[in-house]
Amino acid sequence: MGSVLLNGFVAIVAGVVGVFVLFWALNEATERVGGTFEEVVKPWVFFGPAILVVTVFLIYPFFDTVRASFYGDRFVAGERPFVGLDNYRRVLTDTETWISLGNNLQWIIVVPALAVVTGLVVAVLADRLSPRPENVAKSLIFLPMAISFVGAAAIWELIYKIQPAPRRQTGVLNAFIGMFGVEPISWYENTLTNDFALMAIMIWMQAGFAMVLLSAAIKGVPMDTIEAARIDGATEFQIFFKVVIPQIASTIVVVLTTILILVLKIFDIVRVTTNGRGNTQVIANYFYTFFEGGNYGRAGVVVILLVIMTFPFMVINVKRFREQEAQR
Amino acid sequence: MSTAPTPPADGVTTEVKKKEPSAVAKAIKGDPDDRSGAGWFVKGMLLIICGLWLVPTVGLLVSSFRTQAAVNTSGWWTSFVNPSEFTFANYGEVLQQSVGGSTLAEAFINSIVVAVPATIIPITAAAFAAYAFSWMEFKGRETLFIVFVVLLVVPLQVAFIPIVNLYSALGIQGTFLGLWLAHAGFGMPLAVYLLRNYIGSLPREVIESARVDGASHFTTFVRLILPLSVPALAAFAIFQFLWTWNDYLVALILLDTARLGQVSTTYLAGMIGTFGAREHLLSAGAFITILVPLAVFFSLQRFFVRGLTAGSVKG
Repeated sequence: MGSVLLNGFVAIVAGVVGVFVLFWALNEATERVGGTFEEVVKPWVFFGPAILVVTVFLIYPFFDTVRASFYGDRFVAGERPFVGLDNYRRVLTDTETWISLGNNLQWIIVVPALAVVTGLVVAVLADRLSPRPENVAKSLIFLPMAISFVGAAAIWELIYKIQPAPRRQTGVLNAFIGMFGVEPISWYENTLTNDFALMAIMIWMQAGFAMVLLSAAIKGVPMDTIEAARIDGATEFQIFFKVVIPQIASTIVVVLTTILILVLKIFDIVRVTTNGRGNTQVIANYFYTFFEGGNYGRAGVVVILLVIMTFPFMVINVKRFREQEAQR
Repeated sequence: MSTAPTPPADGVTTEVKKKEPSAVAKAIKGDPDDRSGAGWFVKGMLLIICGLWLVPTVGLLVSSFRTQAAVNTSGWWTSFVNPSEFTFANYGEVLQQSVGGSTLAEAFINSIVVAVPATIIPITAAAFAAYAFSWMEFKGRETLFIVFVVLLVVPLQVAFIPIVNLYSALGIQGTFLGLWLAHAGFGMPLAVYLLRNYIGSLPREVIESARVDGASHFTTFVRLILPLSVPALAAFAIFQFLWTWNDYLVALILLDTARLGQVSTTYLAGMIGTFGAREHLLSAGAFITILVPLAVFFSLQRFFVRGLTAGSVKG
């Protein structure tokens, strides 16, 4: 315990001081040389480390993972042999792949939509309260965002627990349906309910994020557009759907895509609850099972599938960025 | 600092707008004299939603104070009529428990050791980069920045096969250093993106006058830009700290927990794995591990919300 504390302290100081010293030393070095060298090199000193880490941790790995996907899962004579498209054939003909893809599709349709609807409802309703209750209500919805996926899974065990027949149900849901005489359900094992049980955890965590952004957007809607609609005799519902919604549409899209990208990579929740059993497998956990087993070839193929799914969002992001720059 | 001109960053302006009743609020309320009926509906709906959202967390808190016998035989909500079931023993006991070779206290310290440098390293590098992208002239500035925009959505799963190979070759597989650098890499695109939005919107005259006075880029950055950017730096720091504290996947793959010990998420996952046997301890353990993120979140919520809105709405 004592040594953990000491090592930890030393590690933190080394890590934190190290990065400051690095920038200071690089800057000193360029200033010593001076002249045009300094002019040309100085920007690289400033953004170089940032570019370097993303190159090492994201750009190079992408290409290396593509390469790995063409090499065998098992070592032959000390190295992984080139197998061409064999890993692709094996992964794409594996039913588990299609179950994972299907589940990911289900997740990206259900979770972002329900998180946004919940977030929007809370944002609109809380907006009508006075500031203090508004903040309390919003904090409560937002609170799960601070919790880890693993922590959330532990919390939701208390909701989904099931006890064998003669015993009293100690899980919230089973006790609740028991009041209406419904037999207890094993929420994580029943293939009709397990995907939704897992998705509910994610919606619970992400609704707060949606609410915060949508609330800010709603508060930014200009008053005169609403006054104009009212003078024209619009009802409150018409004002909301025809005046407010169109003006916050871009925020809704941003929130939807942000949650969608998060959901594409969903791992922890599935890992620590069902671990993919009962047809709940998702791409990121499917990847991990290959990776864990040292099957880097097929693991690589699964990652490539995941990256391909994010391509449209890269394009959208760049397009949006260029539009913003044009407005600056 | 207080006399410095306020940058027109999105986060700050939303904060200010909050004070006045918003357009929609007025619109839905309609005539101020006629709001009694709608008021009840709104309050009722919100009460139901907030209640639903609170049930899991309240359940955890209540369960963590219940005896083993109570946890195994009845639901946590029954404790409200049976207060004799309450005990502090779970907390004492869970602190003695060893999961995967670590106590909860050790896992807790390890989480701090991971999260603090994994927050400060990327934020420092990103702030320097954001300054360069905003206020230094060089070839290919926009193209390089677009690289970060593209990388915003790249799934970090791409990194694991190459990084494990690379780290093994370098001899840093499983170390804290390896984990910090990986977190720095994964967090960098968002950090650069958020900070450039903020630093790029600082008033041009302020930076130029400093330059005219003969301050070097380095001095301008340290003396002027960093103090002015505290809100944005704080927002990202909270974001990255929560992310690294709550991370499970990266620690699972890049940290040698057998040698260095567990972090709080791997500890908790280990507890869930043996759920049946120690159910009464899981709630106490889970509650302890979420205390830090909850405390950070509640004390610094303003910055966090600001960071989210600045980063995503105007982006």
